Amino acid sequence: MRQPLLALLAKEPAHGYELKLALEQIFGQAYPSPNIGQIYVTLKRLEQDGLVRSQDVEQTTRPNKRVYELTPAGRDALSAWVDEPTDGPRIRDEFFIKLVLAPMAGLADRMALMNSQRRHYLSLMRRLTELQAETDPADTPARLLIEGAVLHLQADLDWLERCQEELV
Amino acid sequence: MSRSAPKGLPWPPERSAESSALLRTSKLVKVYRADGVTVEAVRGVDIEIAIGEFVAIMGPSGSGKSTLLHVLGGLEPATSGEIWLRGQRVDGLSTAGWAILRRRHVGFVFQFFNLLSSMTVADNVELPALLAGATPRQARRRREELLAELGIADKAGAAPARLSGGEQQRVALARALANEPSLLLADEPTGNLDSSNTRDVLRLLRRAHASGQAILMVTHDARVASLADRVINLFDGMVADDAKVVPLPRGLNGVRDVLELRG
Repeated sequence: MRQPLLALLAKEPAHGYELKLALEQIFGQAYPSPNIGQIYVTLKRLEQDGLVRSQDVEQTTRPNKRVYELTPAGRDALSAWVDEPTDGPRIRDEFFIKLVLAPMAGLADRMALMNSQRRHYLSLMRRLTELQAETDPADTPARLLIEGAVLHLQADLDWLERCQEELV
Repeated sequence: MSRSAPKGLPWPPERSAESSALLRTSKLVKVYRADGVTVEAVRGVDIEIAIGEFVAIMGPSGSGKSTLLHVLGGLEPATSGEIWLRGQRVDGLSTAGWAILRRRHVGFVFQFFNLLSSMTVADNVELPALLAGATPRQARRRREELLAELGIADKAGAAPARLSGGEQQRVALARALANEPSLLLADEPTGNLDSSNTRDVLRLLRRAHASGQAILMVTHDARVASLADRVINLFDGMVADDAKVVPLPRGLNGVRDVLELRG
């Protein structure tokens, strides 16, 4: 949550609720709606770390709002984050460990494990295709996020097939 | 009173005990023998497809998926076992008998479209209806309906080779659906399409399924398989798994939740 908030504040100063709305608007429903409490906590920590500063802005009809802006240290931290290469999601090995070890311990049959894992992946895939159908095609970031998840899931299924060929 | 077997079908037709099944196989086996080498491609498959059901067949390459589909559509003879279609035993049909059965009851879609290149799009789609005994007018009307529904009405006069892959697959789909077959057999129908064409073809298959079309489809594409009512996993010529696709509970927050749920 830290870097997205810094990135949004690099564009312009904003208060907590505006940041929540901006994230929702940019990433659409493909991204979990950020919790407002979590945003406030994160902003407070960023301020303690000297990456943002804030000031109260008076409002006539409502309570004061706290507007945050990036400090020079915040801008440096953001640049460093943008410049460093990012580790992509890697295959989770928990299932693989189950697949290899559980049959050795006499706990499960490999084919049964793979079958239940495949069923689970297909259910996830159906959810993603539904989400894809519900997403406005003009909403490019959301569309690409879903497509990425679909491709990862397809790779998981292909890998499951490879495991089936070699381990059964 | 003489009763002969019309059109190569057994007469009176043998009736299956379970009449709700559109397609049913029992101990189906397909063995290839060539140059002293024997390959058991399908080794005792029992499956059942209900009327209007959408079933996907997945499995590693060489697991017998395409062979199974071809045998079920009569493109290749079974070595042993039984195939029942619409309550009638069909595994013993002659090539001509199968051709007639397919014309009326089984549509086929392939990965590489298999359109007749010397004919226009319109003729490709009208041909099956004409072969099945429709008048030219009926065939034309059905073709116009289908091409419009598939969004390619303007391509009727074109040669298939001038169309994109996605468009060719739509024509192939229109041809397969021309006679409103009870069963559509599809072998990797999106295997040669990019993702936007895959989406279009999926949308069309979904629509066909929603209107009551039974579909049996071989696919590697999990997006396609996840839309099916049921997924059969074939392994080593046998059914390793046969299960309904269970939708996840709604109310997930977004893709990140879905990714978090993985594994």
